[in-house]
Amino acid sequence: MALTREQMAKRVAQELHDGDYVNLGIGIPTLVANYIPADIDVMLQSENGLLGMGEFPTEAEVDADLINAGKQTVTAVDGAAFFSSADSFAMIRGGHVDLTVLGAFEVDVEGSIASWMIPGKLVKGMGGAMDLVAGAHNIIVTMMHADKAGNSKLLPQCQLPLTGYRCIQRVLTDLALLKIEDGAFHLLERAPGVSVEEIQQKTAGKLICPRHVPEIKV
Amino acid sequence: MGGLNKVVTNYQQALAGLQNDMTIMVGGFGLCGIPEGLIAEMVRMQVTGLTAISNNAGVDDFGLGLLLQHKQIRTMIASYVGENALFEQQMLSGELEVILTPQGSLAEKIRAAGAGIPAFYTATGFGTPVADGKETREFNGRHYVLEPALYADFALIKAWKADTMGNLIYRHTAANFNPVMATAGQITVVEVEELVEPGELDPNQIHTPGIYVDRLIVGSFEKRIEKRTLKTLS
Repeated sequence: MALTREQMAKRVAQELHDGDYVNLGIGIPTLVANYIPADIDVMLQSENGLLGMGEFPTEAEVDADLINAGKQTVTAVDGAAFFSSADSFAMIRGGHVDLTVLGAFEVDVEGSIASWMIPGKLVKGMGGAMDLVAGAHNIIVTMMHADKAGNSKLLPQCQLPLTGYRCIQRVLTDLALLKIEDGAFHLLERAPGVSVEEIQQKTAGKLICPRHVPEIKV
Repeated sequence: MGGLNKVVTNYQQALAGLQNDMTIMVGGFGLCGIPEGLIAEMVRMQVTGLTAISNNAGVDDFGLGLLLQHKQIRTMIASYVGENALFEQQMLSGELEVILTPQGSLAEKIRAAGAGIPAFYTATGFGTPVADGKETREFNGRHYVLEPALYADFALIKAWKADTMGNLIYRHTAANFNPVMATAGQITVVEVEELVEPGELDPNQIHTPGIYVDRLIVGSFEKRIEKRTLKTLS
């Protein structure tokens, strides 16, 4: 079975370490916040200028001056800090954020990523995505392995305009966890019950599979 | 004496000298931390042909969306414009030129202008449409794009507290682009919630020193919330 969005978020959460500063993008990455292990401390960065993002507020806590990068009302945890957008992206560009999780339309065997623009469709803007992929050392892309028609989104070369050039090393799809190295996808783990053959069939870019591929534990 | 007092008493004085075809920077992220009264005054003044530098374009009927409604903006430099249907229409019809800029590069281009740096290299956007036509260079095996600084005739800022000398404190994530934009305007105009006398703000807590500020006005703010999201109680 392919992983659900929640299961994908759970798997990503297993990559968190005690003391990490983490930026979570919109969509599946946002769900990761729900699965942070109770025994570790993690600070969430919101690129509009908040380190230490907390839960959504109660009605009484709602504050128009306190929002996240998706413009939703949020709270700040004890130990949080506020800062300007320039400082926020200095953190990001300067490589100070330990883990960045974001979505994508396509990734390719070189580690390039396309996530912000589909020609012919309305362009809403890249927001902070280009800065995040260029600045972070440790990025996990969460995405669907293939579109509804079965067309692979893991490609020899991205077809859509890029968000970042050769900057992605790890991808978690609904079918598999992969690393990108030496011009190929390397299969690390597969979704429970999903065969290596199915992943091979749905991966258009070069894919290297070891003899034994463990199942993702969620 | 009194030369360091930046306070003006009405919006006409606050935006005196703002003319058609000028470049303005407007602080805020979404509707959070926007100079509401200064935007309203620009609508009243009917200035047109503006180049507006702001992370977003507001929503249809609030924030910079009000200037779009009245077709006062010719060029918009922003990182994300997804929340505004009017914006889409004007962009598709060609009435509005849009220069999409990565959020971090946008902030740094503004910071650079305020700090006297004409351009800088960043890895952001290399190999993407953002780098088209721009100079690139390799440092230590990595590719970088030369991004020029962004200047403005007027920077329109929202702060929480100010003293009459223009020392500013922002509140929570309403800081966002305001501190950098405050440094990059030829004329920086600040709309504040609360004005106090010099000496009442702790100098240790000042975010923007008064040297950057030219005019100050006390506003009243609606503080509209774009996406009120509440904790789900289980």
